[in-house]
Amino acid sequence: MARLNPFTRMPPAPTTTTTTTATPTTTGVGADDAAHPGPGPRPGPPVARVRGHHRSFGNLQVLRSVDLDVAPGEFVALLGRSGCGKSTLLRSLAHLDPVPAGEVQVTGRSAVAFQEPRLLPWRSVHENVALALLNGEQRAQRHDLAAATLREVGLEEKAQMWPRQLSGGQAQRASLARALVSSPDLLLLDEPFSALDALTRIEMHQLVIQLWRRHAMAVLIVTHDVDEALALADRVVVLDGGRVADTWSVDLPRSERTPEHPEIAPLRAEVLHTLGIRPTPPNPHVRPPPAPAWQPSPAASPPSWSRPCSPAARPAPPATRRP
Amino acid sequence: MSTSQTVVVTPTTDRRDRDTRRGPRLSSLRRWVSPVAIIATWQVLSTTGVLAEDTLAAPTTIFAGAVELARTGELQSATLVSLQRVGLGFVIGASVALVLAVVAGLSRIGDDAVDPPMQMLRTLPHFGLIPLFILWMGIGEAPKLALIAMGVCFPLYLNTVAGIRSVEAKMHEAARSMGLSWSQRLRHVVLPSALPQVLVGLRQALGIAWLSLIVAETISAGDGLGYLINRAREFSQTDVIVVGLAVYSLLGLLTDAIVRLLERKALTWRA
Repeated sequence: MARLNPFTRMPPAPTTTTTTTATPTTTGVGADDAAHPGPGPRPGPPVARVRGHHRSFGNLQVLRSVDLDVAPGEFVALLGRSGCGKSTLLRSLAHLDPVPAGEVQVTGRSAVAFQEPRLLPWRSVHENVALALLNGEQRAQRHDLAAATLREVGLEEKAQMWPRQLSGGQAQRASLARALVSSPDLLLLDEPFSALDALTRIEMHQLVIQLWRRHAMAVLIVTHDVDEALALADRVVVLDGGRVADTWSVDLPRSERTPEHPEIAPLRAEVLHTLGIRPTPPNPHVRPPPAPAWQPSPAASPPSWSRPCSPAARPAPPATRRP
Repeated sequence: MSTSQTVVVTPTTDRRDRDTRRGPRLSSLRRWVSPVAIIATWQVLSTTGVLAEDTLAAPTTIFAGAVELARTGELQSATLVSLQRVGLGFVIGASVALVLAVVAGLSRIGDDAVDPPMQMLRTLPHFGLIPLFILWMGIGEAPKLALIAMGVCFPLYLNTVAGIRSVEAKMHEAARSMGLSWSQRLRHVVLPSALPQVLVGLRQALGIAWLSLIVAETISAGDGLGYLINRAREFSQTDVIVVGLAVYSLLGLLTDAIVRLLERKALTWRA
């Protein structure tokens, strides 16, 4: 498999776009930071508590002794390379994967949104969301709550449609609504935006932050996108070789989190370093001085006979030739 | 130059337009020509005596026979009896098929227990079982229903099992993460997901149900369409035989159309 090279792979920095060219209709990831400082981690017992979690598939040890706490209202990003066990950890928190050794505890409700929206194609968008409340205490109000949640993610007009009639971004919104409708204490997002185009991804980042501010639930997002993690999370956890390799707090307001920010840039480099990525020698973030295209340096210049475009070889303006 | 081009282009597009405008009506009319010609020839051969009445009755005689049978009510009661037979046999066979398919499709143990005998039995040509059925159940209603039920059971079972097995694991997981119980997953995930394949099986099963009915009624029947046809054979009434056959095929077409309508209504969620 090709090595992940974020410097070329990343979409044109969603974080910068949100601050510089936020569309007037939507609030940027950080645009309402000033008005609402954001919920952030609250004191109290953690909503998720993982201690000494081991998991192996056959001979392959995926998780070895993972410890992790998620505080109420905390936004945590779990980063790691493909196959590092981050999705397995999320699935065990969602009770979708057994915990043979160690302890995985979730206090309160948890809900998942997967990478593919996984909506039931034979149920309408509304029914898909309402189904998540089928066994809850709010079973009786499930249709009202589903409608309200769909309104919240901006899909009220699509409520009666079939999932196949939605675009990728809309389907992911519906999936988010389905996870949110049960008002979870812990929202688990498994690479939910990795299949979306860059613009839709920006919109989804804004939406997730909005919803997180309004509902103040804890969020654990699994991603392999360092910029996404740094733009969204209070805390970034890197998983490597089945263990928590390192963890960083990001205290900066979300509106200021651009890859160029003096605090973010080194953090970004450090996170990438932990993930095993060294910056390639010509740093793409430092633009080389623009070289005049028509005046190559003498040392590098090929023989004149092969330079028909150099000033010397160029035909003189017609005016000087023809009297 | 450009004018000469338009001159060349215009007539071709014109002709094509005319074709598409008149085409469908003309071609559907054209498709009626040969059947009508065949029936006309048939009528001429019968009227001139080339085709004997004992071999095949004339179309007009058949039509008159159908009207007469309908007037006495014989045709209606025979049709009703045959429909009931198919209906009851179908319900028995389909119920057995669906229950066994759910058992085999949803659990490992069920699959191990149910699938091998079903796979063995399905290779038996079920019409070959008629002598056994007659020995076991006599020549009353029971062997006829058993034959229809047996014919219905296998295509429906095989398609339903295939449908249930093709449910995506990811959908199961999403439903589990929403906290849906086993029976809720069966209702909201497994069955709707398997439905398209079940309907394919249903259409096959209905076709075999009619075929089984015809075979069963031809062998022995005291009433129904098969009885009508058999009695007509004894008196060489070829017109009644043809009427009976026509009703069989019309009923087959009708039930197939009903399932197709069901498919369209139930599967709107697909493209």
